[in-house]
Amino acid sequence: MSGQSTYEPKSGFTRWLDSRLPLVRLMHDSFVDFPTPKNLNYWYTFGGILTIFLVLQIVTGVILAMHYTPHVDYAFDSVQRIMRDVNYGWLMRYMHANGASMFFLAVYIHMFRGLYYGSYKAPREILWILGVVIFLLMMATAFLGYTLPWGQMSFWGATVITNLFSAIPLVGESITTWLWGGYSIENPTLQRFFSLHYLLPFAIFGVVVLHIWALHVPGNNNPTGVSVKSKADTVPFHPYYTVKDSFATVIFFILFATFVFFLPDSLGHTDNYIEANPMVTPTHIVPEWYFLPFYAILRAVPDKLGGVALMFGSIAVLFILPWLDTSKVRSMRYRPIARWFLFLFALACFGLGYAGAKSPDDLLFVTGVDADGLAVGFTMVWFARILTAYYFAYFLIILPLLGLVENPKPRPASIDASVGGGASAAPQAAE
Amino acid sequence: MTDVAVDPGHEPTRRDFIHIATGAVAAVGGGLSTWAFIDQMNPAADTRALASTEVDVSAIPEGGEIKIMWRGRPQFVRHRTAANIEAARAVDVAQLKDRQARNTNIGDAPATDENRALDPKYLIMGASCTHLGCVPLGDGQGDYGGWFCPCHGSHYDTAGRIRKGPAPENLPIPDYAFIREGVIKIGLSAAEESNAGWTGA
Repeated sequence: MSGQSTYEPKSGFTRWLDSRLPLVRLMHDSFVDFPTPKNLNYWYTFGGILTIFLVLQIVTGVILAMHYTPHVDYAFDSVQRIMRDVNYGWLMRYMHANGASMFFLAVYIHMFRGLYYGSYKAPREILWILGVVIFLLMMATAFLGYTLPWGQMSFWGATVITNLFSAIPLVGESITTWLWGGYSIENPTLQRFFSLHYLLPFAIFGVVVLHIWALHVPGNNNPTGVSVKSKADTVPFHPYYTVKDSFATVIFFILFATFVFFLPDSLGHTDNYIEANPMVTPTHIVPEWYFLPFYAILRAVPDKLGGVALMFGSIAVLFILPWLDTSKVRSMRYRPIARWFLFLFALACFGLGYAGAKSPDDLLFVTGVDADGLAVGFTMVWFARILTAYYFAYFLIILPLLGLVENPKPRPASIDASVGGGASAAPQAAE
Repeated sequence: MTDVAVDPGHEPTRRDFIHIATGAVAAVGGGLSTWAFIDQMNPAADTRALASTEVDVSAIPEGGEIKIMWRGRPQFVRHRTAANIEAARAVDVAQLKDRQARNTNIGDAPATDENRALDPKYLIMGASCTHLGCVPLGDGQGDYGGWFCPCHGSHYDTAGRIRKGPAPENLPIPDYAFIREGVIKIGLSAAEESNAGWTGA
């Protein structure tokens, strides 16, 4: 939908600028007169929400860096100083910490939106892959950032995650030493994590620009999955979607504000208010909520390398998803069987998150008692194993096969026809 | 070079040679210079220099255990009881998950208790679980009376050998020696070993 530009410079200055650097034209064509399917629902507002959260994280992060000290002896205290002494420091930090959670909440909704409406399919494969790259960069950034307050969870979370690389045969130990800059997580590790945590958001910003570029070449997908066929199918991005995105953003910010002002520590772990101590491991190490499903996959395998491989594989499989789904129908609205498998997939992700928060030996349900009178039953690790198997089966078995055997429901002739109204009878006549 | 490909009758000239030679020097030089950018992240000289430590083990009562820091990582020093030693020696190496002694002092050897402790009374070993690096709980915890890692449920016996759970290896024994009565020094060959780093010597 990179059609003809409709931008007309009005003043002498804008004409002068347009012939030298057509920046205003680019913005106008991308965010004002960009033709957008007219049936986008609220699930489509999360891209805009994510952009706002990226900017918010960068702004609050740059501010926090002005007051934070990346040194093992001072890091914990400097964070407490931000909370107690720096003017509005508590607000900046709570916005940054809870902003990360909101960022992940929005990105998971955004990704499931893509899964449901088939937004990863041709011609949007690159768009999807860039999205997965952003997701990976987000995970790296969040992990690095969580280390910086130098609490117990910071330290031990970093220990567990960096030790994942030691599972790699032959070079694993050398890689972990290289990552640490020492023989354990120490000051060199904290300093480089701070440096990279500051860098990566700008890398994300760059990939977001590519992501939007890749979106604006084929144009938005839409809930019907039917491609745009005529001008009757679209409305200009502004004011229709600028207003819709703004409204959704306000609603989402109510949720954000609820956490920042009323439940600021509810998504964190209390152990992170204890300064890092290399001699004592907390009894129960859990990552932040947004990593729990992947943590459950890691622990589902009794083998160290196998667990690590499966965890990375669970994201790697997203890269090839556009070629795994063999169905020509994009939207799950018209895939009566596949949509149920997708709902199950979403449930499996919630289940993995639940299993990830528990100890592997905790019981999901009790079936009886053993000889010593201790409860026995179905353990979390087995629950996670079944869900992990389904997670991979969805991508590697169900989607490839279902596309070949499923009989999709009839799809509307056009987006315009799908939304009803007078124009639907004569799609070509509408203007 | 494109000329060569497009025109098969074209003889290589001095200019072609200069192009290829320049490109080769740039590629090799560029490749080699990245090493500095990678290696700067490996342990620095001051980190490597702090690589040995001395411990007075005579102060540990029988059955007691201390944790000391060596290279930023905790190490267990356990003064084992006769029952601990007996239990560790009664185990058949063939039934162990990891049959390697993992003892830096003696190199490749079977994981017998004799190969794990230089002096059977004192067991000195890394206190980082070989799964993902948590510190196991000591004082006879776990199903085998040794150590238990609370993170992901690995059980170690009284010789620090992995018996149950996701950890792949026995707890590693650092290089150490009794430098005088009741005092050990950990990290004898530390300098060379830590210099090895990526080169893996």
